[in-house]
Amino acid sequence: MTVHIGNEADLVAAGLASAAARYFGMPASIEGLRRESGGASRQTWSFDAVAGGQHHELILRRDPPLTGAKGERERSAALDRATEFAVLRAAFQAGVLAPEVLFELTPDDGLGEAFVMRRVGGTAIARKLLRDPPYAEARTRIASQLGEILARIHGVDRATLPPLDRREAADHIASLRGLLDTLGYASAVFELTLSWLDRRKPAPIERPGLVHGDYRTGNYLADESGVTAILDWEGAHLGDPVEDLGWVCVKSWRFGSVDKPAGGFGSREELWRAYERAGGGKVDPARARWWEVFGTVRWGIICHTQAWKHLSGAQQSMEMASIGRRAVETEVDLLQLLKEAD
Amino acid sequence: MAQDRPTASELLTAIADFLREEATPALDRSDPRLGFQMRVAVNSLAILEREGRLGPAADAREHARLVKLLGRDGTLTELNRELARQLRAGERDETDAELMAHLEATTADKIAIANPRWR
Repeated sequence: MTVHIGNEADLVAAGLASAAARYFGMPASIEGLRRESGGASRQTWSFDAVAGGQHHELILRRDPPLTGAKGERERSAALDRATEFAVLRAAFQAGVLAPEVLFELTPDDGLGEAFVMRRVGGTAIARKLLRDPPYAEARTRIASQLGEILARIHGVDRATLPPLDRREAADHIASLRGLLDTLGYASAVFELTLSWLDRRKPAPIERPGLVHGDYRTGNYLADESGVTAILDWEGAHLGDPVEDLGWVCVKSWRFGSVDKPAGGFGSREELWRAYERAGGGKVDPARARWWEVFGTVRWGIICHTQAWKHLSGAQQSMEMASIGRRAVETEVDLLQLLKEAD
Repeated sequence: MAQDRPTASELLTAIADFLREEATPALDRSDPRLGFQMRVAVNSLAILEREGRLGPAADAREHARLVKLLGRDGTLTELNRELARQLRAGERDETDAELMAHLEATTADKIAIANPRWR
């Protein structure tokens, strides 16, 4: 697929030039366009739009073209571009540390579903944030910041949000079982865990809030001072806010810093206290643990769906194929979590 | 017919070493995105090397445990399907010590191939 990247960049630049001209109300040129790494399921491009002598540092979010109908179906749980745009706008306006979205592209721009937002400084690469010297100071802050920002996300006024799916614990369990059935994949550890979760699932909450849905290390930017922006909102939905608190602690998102559950940067308690101080609700440890177990099995099953995108022919990708072999990491973790819990 | 040396394991290791030590640094300089992809490829080759070496015995152990646990014979796929069905139906759960020992052993064998450094 990288063979055609030159042609693709020309296409993207042309589409962006016309969309940017419309937004800024004057001719615009596109400079420094390049495809960013990361984001397996979706393209991110970085570029500058120059309009009226002004440089605007921007990011394009765009769906990659898929060749098969199966890929389209698998992505159906993710937000479409227009809804993600609206959620980001609501979060930004509510004071959440999120990129400011500027404009959406139209079918005439020829780039598929896409929107443009301001570029924020920092890196999302977990390995750098967790180990490189420039981030030593930031590392002491990130766990608390993640708690504070999450409290803000969960506090976003629902009236400002576009219509979103409501997903409770039981819906999530049914959805993961459905995925296993679709993939035709028999995993004893995943089935054991889903039944374990089913027997212990928390009661539905009366007033579900905005759940980010993919709140974890790797999905936010940070610089030397700490977190700069929360990214990857395509999994946003309404539900139990504790879902996000569990997901950010899943061992796979510690990237080797296994003794620091809060994204690889701190303790669960540090995360929870910061969340509570910033106005999030009181965190029930048992409920948070339930969502952490859920998050672990969820990531394990996502590994198989990623591999399936390649295996089904929907999207040829060695990287995605190889993720299938990461599922067993979560099986190891799940057996450990179930042992600790009982 | 026996193939000449290098064995499959030796050849895979030689390819992975070459790609890691020589090709990856060059790619990192010219195209970091491809450098990342190359690391993924090298890692996958290492999985294949371990699977060739450890996989057959691990599969045999898993099959023997499943036959004993389920009290019936079948292919590895059939037996795993049956166990998954029983677990979803709630016919077995984590209080079953033989089940848990089987899952621990199977998972230990799988991670030794997929990612022995996982902890």
